[in-house]
Amino acid sequence: MKARVHVMLKNGVLDPQGEAVRHALGAMGFDKVEGVRQGKVIDLTLAEGSSEADVTDMCEKLLANTVIESYSIEML
Amino acid sequence: MKAAVVVFPGSNCDRDLAVAFEQAGFDVSMVWHKDSALPEGVDIVGVPGGFSYGDYLRCGAIAAQSPICKAVVEHANRGGYALGVCNGFQVLTETGVLPGALLRNAGLKYICRTVDLKVATSDSVFTEGYNAGDVIGIPIAHHDGNYFADADTVAQLQDQDRVAFTYADNPNGSIADIAGILSENRKVLGMMPHPERAADEGHGGTDGVAVFRALMGIVATA
Repeated sequence: MKARVHVMLKNGVLDPQGEAVRHALGAMGFDKVEGVRQGKVIDLTLAEGSSEADVTDMCEKLLANTVIESYSIEML
Repeated sequence: MKAAVVVFPGSNCDRDLAVAFEQAGFDVSMVWHKDSALPEGVDIVGVPGGFSYGDYLRCGAIAAQSPICKAVVEHANRGGYALGVCNGFQVLTETGVLPGALLRNAGLKYICRTVDLKVATSDSVFTEGYNAGDVIGIPIAHHDGNYFADADTVAQLQDQDRVAFTYADNPNGSIADIAGILSENRKVLGMMPHPERAADEGHGGTDGVAVFRALMGIVATA
């Protein structure tokens, strides 16, 4: 089984990489882009019987730093 | 007095930090990331700069889960001294020993130059050799040095006089110009600038020496 974890910087935390992408898109003529936030996608291949609670534990302990990041989990 | 310097795969300031401790009079041993205990009787642990585990996932994140870091956290929780410089600061925030986190520099560039730091408090074993308000020249060399903590945490750090150093001219976007912070018991210091790179005439400056000398003086009499 698989799980997909999305990790994003929390709202209110400056994302300089997202800002740089936004500037670049603007410079390329994509003038309707009002904001860009860049995050990570982490795909996990898990042994059968793994639960979302296991993935939550992984997110809390390693995959996300909850001081600055939020995460969401998709069990696939 | 005994110091231990942690070595992760990708540490690159470990030997510089060891030399700075040695020159201040410490007996220094190096500890490998896979070790699960610190040497007997260690007074202070140095967590050095570098790019532990290639900065994969987040700077300091994987190092913070290494066997030696569990021992470092226990050492700090027992009231032991610890100094985290640059990547070492990132590691200490990831372990939760120090609050906040280090983000990508606001200007997105890696910055390597000597900056002016203001000593924000002399009330710690690390900063006692300075006067509050002193301006010292210490090199920075980082891509992820942009200190962030939520407003309540920053207010708490300021109210408890736990901001050790601030940037005179903020190079990386750090909140409240913060360059280094102390733990609640004031025995752990994390800072992005490198005092060990300003610890010898050959470095072009010796403004960092006072950190190690004060530490030696105080740890020795404690």
